Amino acid sequence: MQNFPGVGVSPGRIIGTIRQMPKPISEPPAGEQLSGETSAEEATAALKAAASAVHDELKARAETASGDGKAVLEATALMAKDTMLLKGAGKLIARGTSAQRAIWEAGASVSEMLHNLGGYMAERATDVLDVRARIVAELRGVPAPGIPSSNTPFILVAEDLAPADTATLDPDKVLALVTAGGGPQSHTAIIARSLGLPAVVAAAGVDELPDGTEVYVDGAAGLISINPDADQRAAAEAWASNASLLAVFDGNGTTADGHLVPLLANVGGGKDAAAAAGLNAQGVGLFRTEFCFLERDTEPTVEEQAAAYKSVFDAFPGKKVVLRTLDAGADKPLPFLTDATEPNPALGVRGYRTDFTTPGVLERQLQAIALAEKDSEADVWVMAPMISTAEEAAHFASMCAAAGITNPGVMVEVPSAALTAEAILREVGFASLGTNDLTQYAMAADRQLGPLANLNTPWQPAVLRLVGLTVEGSRAEGHNKPVGVCGEAAADPALAVVLTGLGVNTLSMTARSLAAVAAVLKTVTLAEAQQLAKLALSAPNATEARAWVREKLPILEELGL
Amino acid sequence: MPERTATIASRSGLHARPAALFAEAAGDVGVDVTIAMQGEPADDALDASSILSLMTLGAAKGDVVVLRAEGDGADAALDSLVQLLETDLDAE
Repeated sequence: MQNFPGVGVSPGRIIGTIRQMPKPISEPPAGEQLSGETSAEEATAALKAAASAVHDELKARAETASGDGKAVLEATALMAKDTMLLKGAGKLIARGTSAQRAIWEAGASVSEMLHNLGGYMAERATDVLDVRARIVAELRGVPAPGIPSSNTPFILVAEDLAPADTATLDPDKVLALVTAGGGPQSHTAIIARSLGLPAVVAAAGVDELPDGTEVYVDGAAGLISINPDADQRAAAEAWASNASLLAVFDGNGTTADGHLVPLLANVGGGKDAAAAAGLNAQGVGLFRTEFCFLERDTEPTVEEQAAAYKSVFDAFPGKKVVLRTLDAGADKPLPFLTDATEPNPALGVRGYRTDFTTPGVLERQLQAIALAEKDSEADVWVMAPMISTAEEAAHFASMCAAAGITNPGVMVEVPSAALTAEAILREVGFASLGTNDLTQYAMAADRQLGPLANLNTPWQPAVLRLVGLTVEGSRAEGHNKPVGVCGEAAADPALAVVLTGLGVNTLSMTARSLAAVAAVLKTVTLAEAQQLAKLALSAPNATEARAWVREKLPILEELGL
Repeated sequence: MPERTATIASRSGLHARPAALFAEAAGDVGVDVTIAMQGEPADDALDASSILSLMTLGAAKGDVVVLRAEGDGADAALDSLVQLLETDLDAE
């Protein structure tokens, strides 16, 4: 039995065989010529055959896909046999360039042209590069880049996953995700939690394991073992039978002694909201409005926005829906709001700050929210992301008031907002802690970087202290203004107990995690949660904070969380 | 050479899904069809079955384009393609 330790980011114990995500296709050497025996006609024919095979493969995948993923695959399939691309490559082959190099260069020039057109076309530039890589893979006879297709479910192993990979990730075929790179807040982690797949990241060396290796994955402990032993087989079986229990939330978040902690869902649109309502979420703690418009290069109209917002409100009649205004910038650019050339986008004009440079968009969004609220029965709360000062909070509150929105709030994700929570909460009605960004900013550690995984966890005592300070700020303000958590931290059942102990009023998470968090929360009293919060705050580092708290929560081991 | 003009009806212009649907249809009509913005010389016309060409054309909703084709069935092919361009494909 050989072990690969990593960072567990989504619970679950599972045994399966692995499939490696193919390595990226390397560039054919510049100046590569046709080999002596190959004529230009033969090379062109081989290229056409390869392109046609790629087209057919993508087209077949489009047939089984749905929604946006289908449309993207259909368009990408057409690109594979596009005359512009193939004629460009054909000309290079006629001059003696090898087929692989010719399609590589033709793809590069088309991609650059699309990139220069900007907007929607620029986004498609990467699709051309993807098609190019697939054609070269076909010519070489090596596996196509991207998630392998397989008829039997497998454990996907990769260096790291990109947001684009989710479109092709079939949760019925993938048992678990394991990456050699990435951190606890990486896209892999977020994808895994939203799909309810066990996942371990930053497990160095796993990307060298051969396809078909049988491994045991423990997504809570952060462990991968090859040649699983009898104990691990039993643990995987126990998880399989427990998993169904952990899939059901009764819609009542509470501690053992009846202290209510409403458990809400993070959603990105109407479909998510309907699914969350089906899983008995007690409302929405974070509606990421930018997810409705990530494909857009122009600002959606007020009516379009209102329709998108109403679809979420309608999933929760009579319940709380906390909507976050457009959080564009950094890893979620919106062409109509953000400047792609900023040297340091995480510290740039993002979130609420886009109102400084593109005034009007936020005002119109607030109008759309008010319009959608009028026709719905949800209890709508509205908050701004990336608020840093009480002055910004006051300005946002006045904009909400002008639009007729009565319950404005702020996200606390910049450390300055946590430190000045009392002054900020004098201006608005509630605060919601975004622990992902709060951690990245407090620890000065990029969320996506594997080597910083140990810094980038909300278990860092400094981050927990900022959560505590926000709650204290609310108490000092004196009107019991609610403080919630809507970052990934709330989805970790042990951390959810700590956050409750720190005095957080509501927890919002990916809907898949509701049942597990509720199951654990139910086993502790508020006083015990407060003790555990103190314990975590007193730890010298994140690893020990987590270990100390977990040790006092035996239910976690029992449930495999 | 038979030619037709058509006004782009799709909300997003000739991008994305509408471009894919149109390129596929243009590739299936059996004759070579070209597309150009109205007023552009016929020599600069692009292959209508190429989704990448359509994207670089950058035709927006309301823009007028010229379709040209030659050979057997050219008229019927152009008529069917004009109809497609003048349908709001985003609405489907």
